[in-house]
Amino acid sequence: MHHTIEVRNLIFKYPDGTHALDGVTFSIAPGEKVALVGPNGAGKSTLILHLNGILSGNGEVKVAGLEVNQNGNLGKVRAAVGLVFQDPDDQLFSPTVFDDVAFGPIYQGLSEAQVRERVDRALAAVRMQEYAGRVSHHLSVGQKKRIAIATVLSMEPEILVLDEPSAGLDPRARRSLIHLLRELPQTMLIATHDLRMVMELLPRTLIMDGGRIVADGATEKILQDEPLLTAHGLEKP
Amino acid sequence: MLSVPHAPPLMHIPDGFLSVAVAVVMWLVSVIVVGYALRMVGKDLGERQVPEMGVLAAVIFAGQMLNFPVAGGTSGHLIGAALATILLGPWAAIIIMTCVVSVQALIFQDGGILALGANIFFMGVVATTVAYFVYRTVQRFSGNKSWGIFVGGFLAAWLSVVVTSIGVALALGVSGTSPFNIALPAMVGVHIVIGIGEGLITAGALAFLYATRRDLITSQDSKPVSRTVWVFGLALALGLALLSPLASSFPDGLEWVAEQSGFLERAMGAPYQLIPDYTFPGVNSPEAATILAGVVGTLLVGGVAFVIARARKGRATAN
Amino acid sequence: MHVHFLDPHRAGDSVIHRLDSRVKLALTLMFIVTVSLTPFGAWAAYILLLAIVLSVELLSELGIGYVVKRSVLATPFLLAALPLIFTVPGEVLVTAPFLSWNLTITAPGVERFLSIAVKSWISVQMAIVLAATTSFPELLWALRALHVPKLLVAVLGLMWRYIFVLADEALRLMRARSARSGASPQLGGKTGGSIAWRARVTGGMTGNLFVRGFDRGDRIYAAMRARGYDGEARAFAAPPLQIGHWMMLGGGLLVCLLILFIANLVAR
Repeated sequence: MHHTIEVRNLIFKYPDGTHALDGVTFSIAPGEKVALVGPNGAGKSTLILHLNGILSGNGEVKVAGLEVNQNGNLGKVRAAVGLVFQDPDDQLFSPTVFDDVAFGPIYQGLSEAQVRERVDRALAAVRMQEYAGRVSHHLSVGQKKRIAIATVLSMEPEILVLDEPSAGLDPRARRSLIHLLRELPQTMLIATHDLRMVMELLPRTLIMDGGRIVADGATEKILQDEPLLTAHGLEKP
Repeated sequence: MLSVPHAPPLMHIPDGFLSVAVAVVMWLVSVIVVGYALRMVGKDLGERQVPEMGVLAAVIFAGQMLNFPVAGGTSGHLIGAALATILLGPWAAIIIMTCVVSVQALIFQDGGILALGANIFFMGVVATTVAYFVYRTVQRFSGNKSWGIFVGGFLAAWLSVVVTSIGVALALGVSGTSPFNIALPAMVGVHIVIGIGEGLITAGALAFLYATRRDLITSQDSKPVSRTVWVFGLALALGLALLSPLASSFPDGLEWVAEQSGFLERAMGAPYQLIPDYTFPGVNSPEAATILAGVVGTLLVGGVAFVIARARKGRATAN
Repeated sequence: MHVHFLDPHRAGDSVIHRLDSRVKLALTLMFIVTVSLTPFGAWAAYILLLAIVLSVELLSELGIGYVVKRSVLATPFLLAALPLIFTVPGEVLVTAPFLSWNLTITAPGVERFLSIAVKSWISVQMAIVLAATTSFPELLWALRALHVPKLLVAVLGLMWRYIFVLADEALRLMRARSARSGASPQLGGKTGGSIAWRARVTGGMTGNLFVRGFDRGDRIYAAMRARGYDGEARAFAAPPLQIGHWMMLGGGLLVCLLILFIANLVAR
């Protein structure tokens, strides 16, 4: 069967020798919404960076049917996987909101008219249309997160991968972000410590620890398994 | 404590202080050098460097906000050219300082717009070039020991500020907006002191980086000094040598005051007598003689430095 | 806390705000070059130039008070020109004994000093109007349209974006230092230790900012690559200037030449 994300026996070592990923294997079907949880340093962010070829380790990574590590696929892979980084100040590097949302489509080689249309649609999807001309520095954290999501939606990806989307948000901004994520139709992989959000939003959960996937199953079951959670530094929500 | 960042006074030349001729020449030189630096960075360092340079330009800008009280309500703080040069190499540093100085002029009116070419030249080109040569030279003599980093950093920062102030005084002198014979000692005197602050902060920053992220300091060390950089440094020194007699021959010098009051003999007599009169056989015009002396001096110093560098390099490879 | 006060841009809807930023930048440059070309002592021309800059301030709805207040901040540099009042030869106005010498103040010296002061003041006012009525993204766009190298514009854009982020970080570092150093900044900002020690601490904070900067640069680079960045700075082409814009530029040039003509007439 066709998987949207397929990772097999992925191994990655940092230059200083630490094993960040130690044989990771999992797959995600189209339309699935999956949580990636685990303690800090478990390898979640490193794994995420492999999904669109920013890091490349040993093993097989296939995204939307494309081999990530194969030369020539990189452009298509990056268009297929929308990566939303934890700190929106890293993701929003352009002077204005418009420039940031237009960045991906411009590098996809679209015409100016197409780019403008994509930007309109992406900002509409996160309900920030009226912010196109604004300077990102002057936005709240919650607004920045929305714009950060729009910067990848404008590339029309098949898969959204988000790193800690709810971190640093106040309760109201967090609530509105959860609503937004629920509305988006894309396949989703979300790395997070926010297990309450996982319960509400994501039917399947992967637990990562020490560079390996140590549990994979229905969120309901996994988040009830107190011994398992405790063993990997997590708390039952 | 927190102020809108500004470099020490008398560094960012405002509009109205440079003659259009000087401003245009400075623009031309800056455009050529920055254009070359852009090419070198593009070739040498690649795409990764763009976000890095952008953020580090912002770091320097923000670093200029970190001041410390010195005395009498004044405070010391950073210009940053030396630090940028040591951490990123001369070409990237030129671009970073160009961006810092441009934003200061365009957004904060710290330095003029027509004068921006000159400010880019002094703080972007002169300061980084001086810092680069001083730092590399000290490092060579220290045999790449850690004291070379701190002493080199301090001296590079201090001298970059002092030499830059000489350049600024020259430009003002040639423009006729500041009497060179007064402006030069005043500017240099002030910046000899201000430069100490720059040197201490730079050394402090290097000490911090040495303790926490040594890789950032040493990443530039392995790169050999290219021939272009040598030519470039020499050209810069020659330029200053050519400019100085023009500046000092500006008719409204201190001499006029001296004629009236005997001020020069009394105040400046002693130091001026230390400088002998240059006379070259067959050269009658005193200006031409000064230029010639300057050129010969520059070539001599440059040649000695080059030979020393070669010799040490030869020894290093022999070992 | 956010550092907002850094951005001098003031949003507005005046004629000056709406003017195409390429034209605005070119006209500002033209004006400042004209001011610089005006000879010393051409007072009639200075009045004309001042009238222009004041009218632009009125049109921009910034308020003359705002611009003048900001323009005063640029004065310390005048110190460099001050000695001219003693050194330019000419008719002696005053002779003042100073220590053991007699300092003489001359009429041409005073004239030149005042000319420099006025020229500098007029120029800086126009630069303030440009910065206050043009957002930085617009300015970047104008620079790109005026063929400043794309790489440089890209670095400028990134720099401006992260000035605010890093200024926040610098502010936090300063607060942390004040919180630990015991002495209150209200008491003249005097903290313990020698100047060298203070400079070293400041250097440490600067080094800290550099580490954060390098790390952030890496993360931004990853974020750019994730969206397809390939090392080339790309942007939309600017639309061509319209006839109206050309007329404005031509009109500006004509006015500048006229002023220069008058200036040279009255200065002789």
